[in-house]
Amino acid sequence: MNVPTLIRHRLAPFAALAMIILLLPFFFPSAYYYRVAALVLIFALAALGLNLLMGFAGQVSLGHAGFFGIGGYATAIGPTYLGLPSWLSIIAGAAVSSLIAFLVGRPILRLKGHYLAVSTLGFGLLVAIVLNNEARWTGGPDGMSVPRLALFDWSIRGSDTWYWIAGGTFLLGAILARNLVDSPTGRALRAIHDSEVAARVLGVDVARKKLTIFIISAIYASVAGSYLALFNGHITPDIAGFLRSIELATMVVLGGMGSIIGSLVGAAVLVVLPQTLTALHDYEHMVLGLILMGFMIFLRQGIVPGLIRAFARMRT
Amino acid sequence: MAEFLQFFFSGLTVGAVYALVALGFTLIYNASDVINFAQGEFVMLGGMTTVFLGLAGVPVPLAAVIAIIVTIAIGLALHRFAIEPARGASAVALIMITIGASIFLRGAAQVVFDKRFHSLPHWFGADPIRVGGAAILPQSLVVLAGAAIIVVLLWVFIDRTLLGKAVIATAANRLAARLVGINTRKIVGLSFAVSAAIGAIAGIFVTPITLTSSEVGTMLALKGFAAAMLGGIGSALGAVVGGLVLGMLEAFSAGYLSSQYKDAIAFLVILAVLFAMPQGLLGKGKVERV
Repeated sequence: MNVPTLIRHRLAPFAALAMIILLLPFFFPSAYYYRVAALVLIFALAALGLNLLMGFAGQVSLGHAGFFGIGGYATAIGPTYLGLPSWLSIIAGAAVSSLIAFLVGRPILRLKGHYLAVSTLGFGLLVAIVLNNEARWTGGPDGMSVPRLALFDWSIRGSDTWYWIAGGTFLLGAILARNLVDSPTGRALRAIHDSEVAARVLGVDVARKKLTIFIISAIYASVAGSYLALFNGHITPDIAGFLRSIELATMVVLGGMGSIIGSLVGAAVLVVLPQTLTALHDYEHMVLGLILMGFMIFLRQGIVPGLIRAFARMRT
Repeated sequence: MAEFLQFFFSGLTVGAVYALVALGFTLIYNASDVINFAQGEFVMLGGMTTVFLGLAGVPVPLAAVIAIIVTIAIGLALHRFAIEPARGASAVALIMITIGASIFLRGAAQVVFDKRFHSLPHWFGADPIRVGGAAILPQSLVVLAGAAIIVVLLWVFIDRTLLGKAVIATAANRLAARLVGINTRKIVGLSFAVSAAIGAIAGIFVTPITLTSSEVGTMLALKGFAAAMLGGIGSALGAVVGGLVLGMLEAFSAGYLSSQYKDAIAFLVILAVLFAMPQGLLGKGKVERV
């Protein structure tokens, strides 16, 4: 592959993504759109991390909101009780998340299929239970307020600022993810996805690679959780709840397993839909359930891979 | 000792409900490899439908029968409109579908019923019976006896009838079952109907003790799922044992350690069991074919 093709293939999608993030605000009629778009990007970041685990390495996690919650509460507890600045709390949250992922990952990732599903689910529940019960630190079920992110003397609160922060981080996350997928680790992970035994026979250290990707996906979720907490200015244990975990997993599957842009699309669908459904507030759960079932039944490979396949068919 | 007995009885009662949910999981899983997350919603539907028919003036026993029939119809609809069209989907996709169904049913229940807690009258009064210093509600005995009867009936059905043998054949090898002339689609549908009925009955039995609301399904599904895992998924005996063990664990940890962390302790123990015995207590080891 010569250099121009390399650039075209490797960089063009990210240039396009950057253009979309840059140009989209021109079509926003009000600040409210910044808010929704920032939420989409924050959730997309978490979904992207989970997609690395589910889509590329083929390991299901139904408890990823646990890491989401750890990151979120880090930015609440750090500044309030420990005197850490908010930006350092984001990093501290990511460090705690990766440490926990390291500790629980090894035994959990030995399990497969339904057993893996139930143990990750149990992990997420444990985090939510701790957050609910340690009211001294977390404010219990009512949650606690999160001090605004401040860099030097600049207090960040506007939806538009958060849009740019989340957009920049998502772009960075997407580039890192792409590089990871194309690295030897990424190839090893895809081999694990296809057949663990074959990967082991080829000399892949399966346990270690799975643990690596589990930790990376935990960091993505943790940073996204920190952003969400700082953006909202308030946090409750719902952030780590079972429904959140399912929501994150649904974003991955909805957008397309193993598709980086798919994570963004999946997040966009699940964040924007409830906003447009507020008129049907009472029916929100019913509609979400129906959409989830409908997509899983009729467009199982996800939106983005489904579209790509449809395009490929049109061109031939 | 009285304290111990008290925790033992409450664990047994809750455990019996978990056992029934886990049994429903196991039935559907064996027939179709689907982990049905909507299992907890069957319990909720059984309880809530009975409560609301009762409020509308229907005598409770009749309301209970109608509730069971309604829940069976919903179980069959779930199979017909959500599971059947998704044949051949991956395990994760199927889990997602049943989670979607569970969210849908909960949302529907919030609209059709409401979001508040409801109760049903105790069948034989609410005066506790004294046993060795511990107090047992008569309703707990109803739950235990009901669970035992369901387990026995299910065993008779599976082990002693031709239809039950067809269920075993379908669970063992779907293709082979089809080759000998078993309509496996009907068998899978039947397993959804029976699971729904078991769930609804469990919901009706336990509502006088634990109350019910449109929200109770999720946690019950998780606990039932955990119980089925603990016992070893696919094993009916394992489901019953897993459910009872989980109920006991919760009751004793709530009593002796911390009631706030009873759910956490239950899940911790399950994780520990899975790490030490990844096939569950009674599950058979599987050799992976490459």
